[in-house]
Amino acid sequence: MELLIAVVIVVAVAAWVTVPLRRSAAEAAADSRVEDPRVAELEARKQAKYREIRDTELDHAQGKLSDEEFARQDAELRREAIEILKLADAATADASRSKPDLV
Amino acid sequence: MDHDRKRKIRLVVALSAAVLLAVALIYTSFSASTEAREPSEVAAAGPSEESYELTGEVVSYDREGSRLQFEIADRGGEGETLPVEYSGIVPDPFRDGREVIVTGNLGPDGVFAAEKDSLITKCPSKFADEAAENPENVIIEQ
Amino acid sequence: MNAVGSAALVAALLVAVYAVVAALIGTRGDRRWVISARRAIYAMCGLLVLTVVALEAAFLRTDLTVALVADHSSTTTPLLYKLTALWGSQAGSLLLWAFVLSIASSAVLFITRNRHREVVPWATAVLAGVAVFFLGLMVAGIAFPDAQSWPFALSDPVPAQGQGLTPLLQHPAMAIHPPMLYSGYVFFTIPFAFAIGALITRRLDACWIRSTRRFALIAWLFLTIGVALGARWSYSELGWGGYWAWDPVENAALIPWLAGTAFLHSIMVQERRGMLRTWNVSLICAAFALSLLGTFLVRSGILQSIHAFGESKVGLPLLGLIAAVVIGSTILIVSRRESLRSERQLDSVFSRESVFLVNNLLLVGLGAVILYGTFFPLISEAFTGDEASIGAPWFNRFATPLAIVLVLFMGLGPLLAWRRVTLAGLRRAVGIPVAATAVAAVALALVVGVSESPTAYALFLVATFTIVAIGGEIWRGVGARRTLAGGGRLEALGSLLTRNRRRYGGYVVHVGLVLALFGIAASYSFQTSSDLRMEPGDTATVGDYELTYERPITSTDADADKIALGGVFTVTRDGEQVTTLAPSREYFSGPGGDPSEPIRSFFEGEPTSEVGRDEGLTRDLWTAMQPDLSSFDAQIDGYDEQYAKLVARTSAETLATPLVQQQLVDAQGQQIRRLTERYETDTPPAEIRFNVNPFVSWFWLGVIVGAGGALFALWPRVEGRRRRVSDVYGARLARELSRTA
Repeated sequence: MELLIAVVIVVAVAAWVTVPLRRSAAEAAADSRVEDPRVAELEARKQAKYREIRDTELDHAQGKLSDEEFARQDAELRREAIEILKLADAATADASRSKPDLV
Repeated sequence: MDHDRKRKIRLVVALSAAVLLAVALIYTSFSASTEAREPSEVAAAGPSEESYELTGEVVSYDREGSRLQFEIADRGGEGETLPVEYSGIVPDPFRDGREVIVTGNLGPDGVFAAEKDSLITKCPSKFADEAAENPENVIIEQ
Repeated sequence: MNAVGSAALVAALLVAVYAVVAALIGTRGDRRWVISARRAIYAMCGLLVLTVVALEAAFLRTDLTVALVADHSSTTTPLLYKLTALWGSQAGSLLLWAFVLSIASSAVLFITRNRHREVVPWATAVLAGVAVFFLGLMVAGIAFPDAQSWPFALSDPVPAQGQGLTPLLQHPAMAIHPPMLYSGYVFFTIPFAFAIGALITRRLDACWIRSTRRFALIAWLFLTIGVALGARWSYSELGWGGYWAWDPVENAALIPWLAGTAFLHSIMVQERRGMLRTWNVSLICAAFALSLLGTFLVRSGILQSIHAFGESKVGLPLLGLIAAVVIGSTILIVSRRESLRSERQLDSVFSRESVFLVNNLLLVGLGAVILYGTFFPLISEAFTGDEASIGAPWFNRFATPLAIVLVLFMGLGPLLAWRRVTLAGLRRAVGIPVAATAVAAVALALVVGVSESPTAYALFLVATFTIVAIGGEIWRGVGARRTLAGGGRLEALGSLLTRNRRRYGGYVVHVGLVLALFGIAASYSFQTSSDLRMEPGDTATVGDYELTYERPITSTDADADKIALGGVFTVTRDGEQVTTLAPSREYFSGPGGDPSEPIRSFFEGEPTSEVGRDEGLTRDLWTAMQPDLSSFDAQIDGYDEQYAKLVARTSAETLATPLVQQQLVDAQGQQIRRLTERYETDTPPAEIRFNVNPFVSWFWLGVIVGAGGALFALWPRVEGRRRRVSDVYGARLARELSRTA
């Protein structure tokens, strides 16, 4: 009895689990909504950099950083943010070039 | 100072701190620990200042108020017994034939002077299998 | 139903094995296999839900054919504990591990289904692999019954009544303590799996941080709650009145908690400066390995007694998994060390980064101390041949100074800024907290005195520093917010907190932990404790209080087979009534019972202490009692002799008839009644332990505050707000971009 139930369960699960395998490889690749890892990475870095800029602003407003120190750090952070933005733009362009239907 | 040198210095400082800690741990642990000994071993070693964790079986006991005196022998109940003087909490499962652990030292009068509240009674052997299987269900009364 | 559950469990193992294979194939790039592997994990989760439901159903209807039910439950066990008895056994806790793991894995794979294209397949393989281990251990229990790891093992023979749950564990805190702890352990598996994936694909980057941080924080939160519940149970249920004994099982949960704490802090440095990457990946691998070690310590019994080690067949495989995790992670980290190295350096010693680095060292150091002390019995046996154990004083000797320094850092960290803080700024920030500490130093020295406990004094001082520092941070933050965006104070506070959840959630956690440590220091160092021997009518003086034993109380509970013997005590202070306490001792006839000695069996088993407690903000009054029943021995033995004689005289068939059974039960009931009546009229003296624990409630309150802070930090941000912010900055930066381009 248990054996029968086990077999039924395994067969049902196997059928469901192998559904993705039955599509063709090309179909699967084209359908992919997965984000480009480079774009995602730069997006994450951008968010982190924005948080840093915000935190530095807050720290300065609280008096932890002198005006000169804040100006220096803020400028550096913004430079870094711009770098990231540039790279992110380039990466997004690359990504959309390789996936024309998704643009 | 260039960065590599700074990094090396930090590494050296951190490693030295780790080594110091390790030495402190080892040194203090061996002197702060109490060894587990059986009554026969403790009796053979004679009276000493050193504390041991005495593990054995209760052969007989006499309880008067908050004072407890009992005779303890090696696991299995065989051999010479050692008298123990104890005061403090006595776990409920304590009785003849039970395995107990009590910490203290052997005094010059040949009586094992136990530290207060150090008496632990192991659950009876009937539970041994369950105890081994579910150690967290083994409640060692303190 | 049991058949369905068994089948589902075996199927879950097969599916998990498939998931590993499919995920590994998927690492080569074919997304179909990755999606299939993900489906397999979902399927595994569904199957385990089925398994758990089937097993709980067996508990609910007290199906005694199932060994787990027969050994840990009974028809008279209360409903809640029938359900929670599931995880009170070896097989049950393996099932719990696998079950929570499957839920967490499904959740994370669903959330990341369109992200981390390269890392997810490896992470899936790791998660499925761990699941295979736990599921495999359970299924192997079919072939190796000694291992006692198959949840649906049958009872042989089927008993008439179950053993019931150990009375000591029938407490709400104990009921949810295992799921909390195990959830903590399991949730460390996820960042670990992603770390392995990130290491293999050399993608240890901002994306990795973003995904793993949340799960590490969830793990940390569960572990915190689990550890606190354990302490709470110990304090309210056990007769020794303490909440932490540096027991191996307690330490087993604390050590991964320390690694997790270090990770959560250190990862902030990686996020900002790309530094401490090796630290972070090592910390998360360590946290996971330590979680497995924690499971191992509890399940193998190796530290209760080295002789008991071999008895639990699950111990050795678990140790093997830990070794594989440690060796595998080390090889990966060492082989990737070049890509892990950061180009950046610490800008300045006076920065948050450097404080976090020292913080890492302190937490890891504390963890190492606790690990060493916990395993000392094995270490000493290996080196000297004698098994020696280390007591709480040794742990306190190391933990206390480390805790004091950590509390100081909990205040110093928030005061500093990232990268570099100007010395003038630092002086300004530190000024008020230092002044407050100086005031506290003098006040405490006068009121409480230093000499009684210099370490508690030191802790109170650093606690003052930290609380004032964090309070100041919040205050100045409100001011800064108003400078930046205007608005009233309350409005500014609200927006400050919600826009910087992580930072201020973290500050709240710090405050909570400091309060908890304050409670620990105060209640440990300034406890008044007395052991008394009292009879009804006696009065004793303990410190400022007078304790009077008013009268005995008894109760019997036929359903639970329980006899409770206790007393009512009034506590007065300066003549005024403070409170009434009613501690008692509960005796159970159950697992310990020898059916041939029905009355004696009550007193042979595992009695529990019902603690009499009066909790307050400034102090707890705690009392436990143990009646000295030696004078009752003769009576108890007499009853059992009567019973034995009766049984010997009666034939087996007559004994088996329901009428005779009922008569026996009634007779026993009468004997128990006589015992309790005698207790009430001729009350024997009792050993009373009476503790005055100052400020211990702050331990529990602190943990609640800390958990609240973590929850606040975890709460997902409203997307709209975030988009608006990035739009603003994006616009500003875009403007600058066009200017500089």
